[in-house]
Amino acid sequence: MLSVRRPGHLMQGKVAFLAAFLVSVSLANAGETEKTMKPYTEKIANTDVTFDMVPIPGGEFVLGSPAGEKKREDDEGPQIKVKIEPFWMGKHEVTWNEYDVWSFNLDIQRRKLTRVKADAKEKAADAVTRPTKPYTDMTFDMGHDGYPAICMTQLAAKTYCKWLSEKTGHYYRLPTEAEWEYACRAGTTTAYSFGDDPSKLDDYAWHYANCNDTYQKVGKKKPNPWGLYDMHGNVSEWVLDQYIPDAYKKWSGKGTLKFPVNVPTKLYPRIVRGGSWDDEPEELRSANRIYSSSDWKIQDPQLPQSIWYHTDAIMVGFRVVRPLKVPTAEERKKYNLDPIIPADEGR
Amino acid sequence: MTQSNDQSTSRRDFLKVSTATAVGTGVLSSLGSTAHIYAGGDDKVKVGLVGCGGRGTGAASQALSTDGNVKLEAMADAFDDRLDRSLKNLQKQFSGRPERIDVAEEKKFVGFDAYQKVLDSGVDVVILATPPGFRPIHFEAAVNKGVHVFMEKPVATDVTGVKKVLAAAKKAKDKKLAVGVGLQRHHQAPYIETINRLKDGAIGDITSMRCYWNGGGVWEPRLDRKDAKSEMEYQMRNWYYYNWLCGDHINEQHIHNIDVCNWLKEDFPVKAYGMGGRQVRTDKKYGEIYDHFAVEFEYADGTRMYSQCRHIRNCWNSVTEHAQGSKGSCDISGAKYQTNAGYKWKYRGKKPNPYQVEHDDLFAAIRKGTPYNEAEYGAKSTMTAILGRLATYSGKPVTWDQAMASNVDLMPKDFSWEATPITVPDDNGFYPIPTPGVTKVL
Repeated sequence: MLSVRRPGHLMQGKVAFLAAFLVSVSLANAGETEKTMKPYTEKIANTDVTFDMVPIPGGEFVLGSPAGEKKREDDEGPQIKVKIEPFWMGKHEVTWNEYDVWSFNLDIQRRKLTRVKADAKEKAADAVTRPTKPYTDMTFDMGHDGYPAICMTQLAAKTYCKWLSEKTGHYYRLPTEAEWEYACRAGTTTAYSFGDDPSKLDDYAWHYANCNDTYQKVGKKKPNPWGLYDMHGNVSEWVLDQYIPDAYKKWSGKGTLKFPVNVPTKLYPRIVRGGSWDDEPEELRSANRIYSSSDWKIQDPQLPQSIWYHTDAIMVGFRVVRPLKVPTAEERKKYNLDPIIPADEGR
Repeated sequence: MTQSNDQSTSRRDFLKVSTATAVGTGVLSSLGSTAHIYAGGDDKVKVGLVGCGGRGTGAASQALSTDGNVKLEAMADAFDDRLDRSLKNLQKQFSGRPERIDVAEEKKFVGFDAYQKVLDSGVDVVILATPPGFRPIHFEAAVNKGVHVFMEKPVATDVTGVKKVLAAAKKAKDKKLAVGVGLQRHHQAPYIETINRLKDGAIGDITSMRCYWNGGGVWEPRLDRKDAKSEMEYQMRNWYYYNWLCGDHINEQHIHNIDVCNWLKEDFPVKAYGMGGRQVRTDKKYGEIYDHFAVEFEYADGTRMYSQCRHIRNCWNSVTEHAQGSKGSCDISGAKYQTNAGYKWKYRGKKPNPYQVEHDDLFAAIRKGTPYNEAEYGAKSTMTAILGRLATYSGKPVTWDQAMASNVDLMPKDFSWEATPITVPDDNGFYPIPTPGVTKVL
């Protein structure tokens, strides 16, 4: 995970600004309304890879867990009312098949081999930064095809979303913590989206007791009521927020919140949700909050450590969302939705 | 709230691991100092760093995170930008303990002879982390100077280099110098426990071994031809892709897995049969190295070790070692085995960061004055990887003794930015690529 200096990276800011300007025009979901939103399959151009998206209706819900919930933690309260705008969400966690197209330039390689000319979308996608190659095999021998991508930093996940947006012409990003919990609950108020009984967990989730010490292929368990798979377990999933233990306390008493998000100002701790194959049942609860630490890079032997990889976060992945209303350039800046790649720092 | 666990800490074991990061930023308020009387009544250990890339800088950070009074006092690199960036990153890392980074302006040395200046500056320990081709020269000089050593793997890129390291290793023993080699699996708890169990007969006699470093390749060349001031600078900046500097990826990466098999076998192969080539990574900017090797190593008792390494994207990846025994089989890297009788074992203990432990162990030995020398197996595992490369490039079996009897020397005759490396490109910028069946390697 050594640094690569490529000319043009220092131009990143400029490119990003121009791209943002173009994107806000080209990514608008013309004519789509909440009523017309349907599940769809997105194809990644110049590859054989596709992924499925599921519509998540807008609505209001209660973020956090009630005081009586078993194994509840203090940071899950007080409960807050939140209004959520509609979006599509990945039916599954992002798999290695999808992720590697970006991280190993497989689309560019394929275009070269098949002598396909890059169109405007491809050119814009090519201009998005790709990560340095990992020094070792980041699947850690747990499986590749159909398995969730792991060990990426939040920055890497965000950069993937930016690339995917340019590549597909649809605006993709990470969910906020509130959006993630709303989608996970899928209208439920229980500890899990299937009720309060952790003994039913095996039907819906991969966790420490049933996973055989490894992540599993996505989509092998039952989905939640909105058709999302592996929201509980398999891998924890990146969201946009900084972890602030008393975030809900700070938000309480302000009525129903719209698009609450704690924009990160520090590298650690940031939030992943849903728990993983390496976690106990209580950590897979809809309201449970898990956060990153520098320990997630403990076995990266380089200094500076990589901005792309968490060598030790073998239980962390992500899934993408596509909001119905594409954010403006100002909103993207305000909520820090775009990846900001430090100039030649720790690559 | 959940503090998620990871490979190095497991909630289920209720064990706490301290991190180098935490030490550097002063999160841990104090470390238990062993405060051994060292170097004539002063317990300070003075460290020098030779090779200020990402890994060298990381190794320095780990050395400076060991117990007791330790300071970085001198640095060397061929390139001043590398040195400056490294120092800046270390200062940032140790902002909570700034006294640990004590590099005076006159102890920052740049150029091909900078390593000697670090050794002459009065350091007690030197970290050797330049590209591997230089390691034999630097190690020999460190031993001659009477300085303790931590050196990254591999420790050479050719037979001549291996011989130089073996000779210096013997001298280091006589001088009671401590030498650590960056084959960190030897300091990784799951590996230690697994290997010990196998040696105690957990799966019976070892009948064969397999190991892999199949991945998507490493960093892209950093310097464009048009920006290079000389061939020497071009190859140095893009060192991974040139054999005198790197030894090809079988040597630079796959040595880790090959070395684990040697460790288990308590021996080194007598012969290698290999095939490989350069199938996908063919652009001229990728110098002269192969993108895949498959090598069969034979030990004196006839046991085989099957090895693969690959640098090709989007293929089957695996970085693992496995052993087959008369009574069962073991995934060594996974720290688990099962017997034919149906018994299953998996390591469930603590997993401290091996990159830190290898320095903790070395520095403890230095402070206590206990014998510590990893140079010999480091050199012989390097030689094993080189043997695999020779067999693959030539397409013919090569024995250990044949190879060791040769004087193959890939190093340039002199070291300066104007000097000519052993391989140079043709008019179109392409380097000669070894051809099995044609290339002579001995």
